[in-house]
Amino acid sequence: MDFRHVDTIIGKHQEKRTALISILHDIQNRYNHLPEEALRRVALRLQMDPNDIYGVATFYKSFSLTSRGKHSITLCLGTACHVRRGPKILTEISRQLNVKPGQTTKDNMFYLQVVNCLGVCAIGPVMVVDGEYYGEVNSIKAKRIIDKLNKKRGRVNS
Amino acid sequence: MRKVKSISDLEKWKKYIISKQKQYEMVVSVCGGTGCSAYGCQNVKEAFQRELRRKKIGEKVALKYTGCPGFCEKGPLVTIHPQNIFYQRVKAEDVPLIISETVQNGRRVDQLLFEDPVLHKKIASSQDIPFYRAQMRLLLRNNDLIDPTLIEDYVALGGYQSLAKALFYMKPEEIIEEIKASCLKGRGGAGYPTGKKWENCRKAPGEAKYVICNCDEGDPGAFMDRSLLEGNPHSILEGMLIGAYAIGANQGFVYVRQEYPLAHKNAEIAIKQARRTGFLGKNILSSGFDFDVETAKGGGAFVCGESTALIASIEGKVGEPRSKQIHTVTQGLWGKPTNLNNVETWANVPLIIQRGSKWFSSIGTEKSKGTKIFSLVGKVKNTGLVEVPMGITLKEIIFDIGGGPQNGKRIKAVQTGGPSGGCIPASLFDLPVDFDSLKQVGSMMGSGGMIVMDEGTCMVDVAKYFVNFLKEESCGKCLSCREGLKRMGEILNGITEGEGNGESLELLEELAQVVADTSLCGLGKTAPNPVLSALRYFRSEFEDHIQRKKCPAAVCTHLIQFSISEENCTGCGACKKVCPTQAITGEKKQIHSIRNEICSKCGSCKDICKANAVMVQ
Amino acid sequence: MKIKSINIIVDGTSMSVEQGSTVLQAARQFGIHIPTICYMENLSPYGGCRICVVEISNGDGRAFLDTSCTYEVKEGMVVQTQSQRVIRARKMLAELLVASAPNVKIAQDIAARMGLLKVRFKMEDNRCILCGLCIRMCYEQMNGNALGFSGRGVGRKVSMPFEKRPETCRLCRGCDYVCPAMIIPCQGIKEPGELCGKCTRFEEMANCCQTGTFGCFCEKNPL
Repeated sequence: MDFRHVDTIIGKHQEKRTALISILHDIQNRYNHLPEEALRRVALRLQMDPNDIYGVATFYKSFSLTSRGKHSITLCLGTACHVRRGPKILTEISRQLNVKPGQTTKDNMFYLQVVNCLGVCAIGPVMVVDGEYYGEVNSIKAKRIIDKLNKKRGRVNS
Repeated sequence: MRKVKSISDLEKWKKYIISKQKQYEMVVSVCGGTGCSAYGCQNVKEAFQRELRRKKIGEKVALKYTGCPGFCEKGPLVTIHPQNIFYQRVKAEDVPLIISETVQNGRRVDQLLFEDPVLHKKIASSQDIPFYRAQMRLLLRNNDLIDPTLIEDYVALGGYQSLAKALFYMKPEEIIEEIKASCLKGRGGAGYPTGKKWENCRKAPGEAKYVICNCDEGDPGAFMDRSLLEGNPHSILEGMLIGAYAIGANQGFVYVRQEYPLAHKNAEIAIKQARRTGFLGKNILSSGFDFDVETAKGGGAFVCGESTALIASIEGKVGEPRSKQIHTVTQGLWGKPTNLNNVETWANVPLIIQRGSKWFSSIGTEKSKGTKIFSLVGKVKNTGLVEVPMGITLKEIIFDIGGGPQNGKRIKAVQTGGPSGGCIPASLFDLPVDFDSLKQVGSMMGSGGMIVMDEGTCMVDVAKYFVNFLKEESCGKCLSCREGLKRMGEILNGITEGEGNGESLELLEELAQVVADTSLCGLGKTAPNPVLSALRYFRSEFEDHIQRKKCPAAVCTHLIQFSISEENCTGCGACKKVCPTQAITGEKKQIHSIRNEICSKCGSCKDICKANAVMVQ
Repeated sequence: MKIKSINIIVDGTSMSVEQGSTVLQAARQFGIHIPTICYMENLSPYGGCRICVVEISNGDGRAFLDTSCTYEVKEGMVVQTQSQRVIRARKMLAELLVASAPNVKIAQDIAARMGLLKVRFKMEDNRCILCGLCIRMCYEQMNGNALGFSGRGVGRKVSMPFEKRPETCRLCRGCDYVCPAMIIPCQGIKEPGELCGKCTRFEEMANCCQTGTFGCFCEKNPL
């Protein structure tokens, strides 16, 4: 692996241990996951034990050590979204994409994850697709949003 | 932006900013908070930019992209100052009309105004809307006046004056006495007296000390801290500066959870601007006091809202809590004395210093002073952020401010305090909301999340939800929390799937008590609260699930069945089209029916049926 | 240099112990038994298994439970190691533990000690009880720095970094030595007076680690 990008990211955060999580997020944004070599590089540059960095990478739910899909679909399962029937939407999306939360679809297009509250509770249930927020979603709306993404890629609808 | 090197510099700059602002006859504030973003407020802002440019009135009309005013249900929100006209549900297409009618000709656009649901009257000013009228907005008052990315806006409204007063007219011990006298208590949930915490940290031996702002706000349903940090980040920085000066700390951290990208971004911008203008760094305002602040990000872990886990996270470790036998004010970040406070707590500090502890302690009740921001969400008409003096009753918040039930269903309970709290039944809605009253009935005020539940909410499902949530978020260190919550989840899952038996509830209560007694940190210690309070007030629902295998609220998938009423069905076929498992049969204009064996209970048919023909029981 | 003495009461007995001692150390000094799992002398205390909880009262009226292996003695504290609350807690913890890991000897021991006859939870068959002794042994005594916790909550496990044995691991087997879950199946006597010798050879340990938790020496982990 060419370590220049990783080194640049570490340099941007002044090699601070307090910026570890930010560094890992930046690396993940670039490579769409946290590659082992990148993590070992960070451990070396930040003088960290490989055990500790492996521990951190596997502890926090926002990190993934395996490659994720092109489009990220995040569904909020906070309490407010839950009482407005959020879990039913999750069941439907899982079924539509044939994937469980934390997994990527077989064609590597969609990465489904659930989050325990995005802080936009007043307009729940909330779904975020590639950084765009959608409020007051139900199973039908969710299906439509995903269908739109599929059509954009010219993929045959399942 | 200019470098401010003294109090007189600050005064001069404030005067200058205000004089520049006078050139504008009107200010259009478009809410740019995360809530309104989901409804397209970015498009609304761009539409305003285009229209103002097109009409060539940009020099007389200022456009501000502000923080969250709290009425998220009605977003995107636009306020026109100084008339204080409040427009809701604004779309980009409405903008030319707003400009031509309101901005240029002083007329109101009625269809965008809020309509009182009882009197059917249109209300123009936000102060007259019932949602806002009963509120006392001290912390959120400036959210629709300030662009959080412009330090000038904050200074124009008196920002950093409290800091100047503290640095030059008060000694550190006097500041601590003032905070003690105000009786300010922590707003993060635990309610520890802030002044005492600061005093203990000041007294702790050691040269290097730290202050931390906890913006991990993991309680699902709560978003007060998000709006405060997104909308008015300088108010928090000012609070931290005053606290650091009082305690003797020179370094601070603002820990923002990963799920709040906008709050993190705005905090970073505010810090950069504060550094450039001299409010952060060395020799602030020429007082001799040095202080700087950094942001730190969370990684997606609710447990990091707990102070020792948060500190571990900043140190670059996993968010594993430690025993609190030695308090963080004595040994915290890197073993040094550390004062950690919640966002809302910090935001109160500049106000107290500016207006005095006597004023602050005149608000609220005897043991709970000041205001509290609540996030009122769930099955209620008006959802959003509510700032009220403590001591107000649940009934006032839910009915007067919240507007009562959605969809005409009866409100059954309200969940307060997040996963550490409990549910309070409607029969107890006359209780005042403060630090102590809700504890006595098995819940707590917590950080301010208030989730309203109606007849369509299953309390067993809610208990199951909280236990499973905590099980996912447990760090896994101690046996009680890790295994205990797992088994509690199994029992509750079983009950909701019709597999409960006579001993389930007894086992659940026994297990809950041990988890509470033996867990290492607050997450495990308070985990049983939602379950125990649901059992206390809604035991009959549990018994229905166990003995009659029925879910009275028609929520638990295994225990319900969907059917189409023959009287109401119009045969339109809309349900058939959306059914994901093709479980609906029926010809056009003929009554449709659901094949229960393949029905996935998703509820899409019920959502789309305009004839209200889909029944669930 | 004068060593400060702290006076405490444990199970009604007054005792004077060195400042800085834990409640567990104080109890052991005076022959009071408190069961432990994740505690080992000469390794730092961890407080993860919660079995050693005792009821503590510091004089402000509220009694609470905390782990005796980590709680430092305070002047005037009153400790109960066998109160009803403690016994109830230990019994339930034992039930949770043995339901999760019924084939682990220490879990069986604690359950037997607490008089447990029924397990009301669905039985699993975990072989690692996440006590962390192997990790602390590796770091604190053997300087191997090869083991750590990964994951979170119920998904927490003991791992080597990136599931690969690091160079710093010298195969010293300190981890196996301290693991309370290690079971060396005894094959019985071969010849009169002769043991099969399996416990002296670590080769045939197929039963010990069904989840392939970390670098012990069975066919699942050919290190």
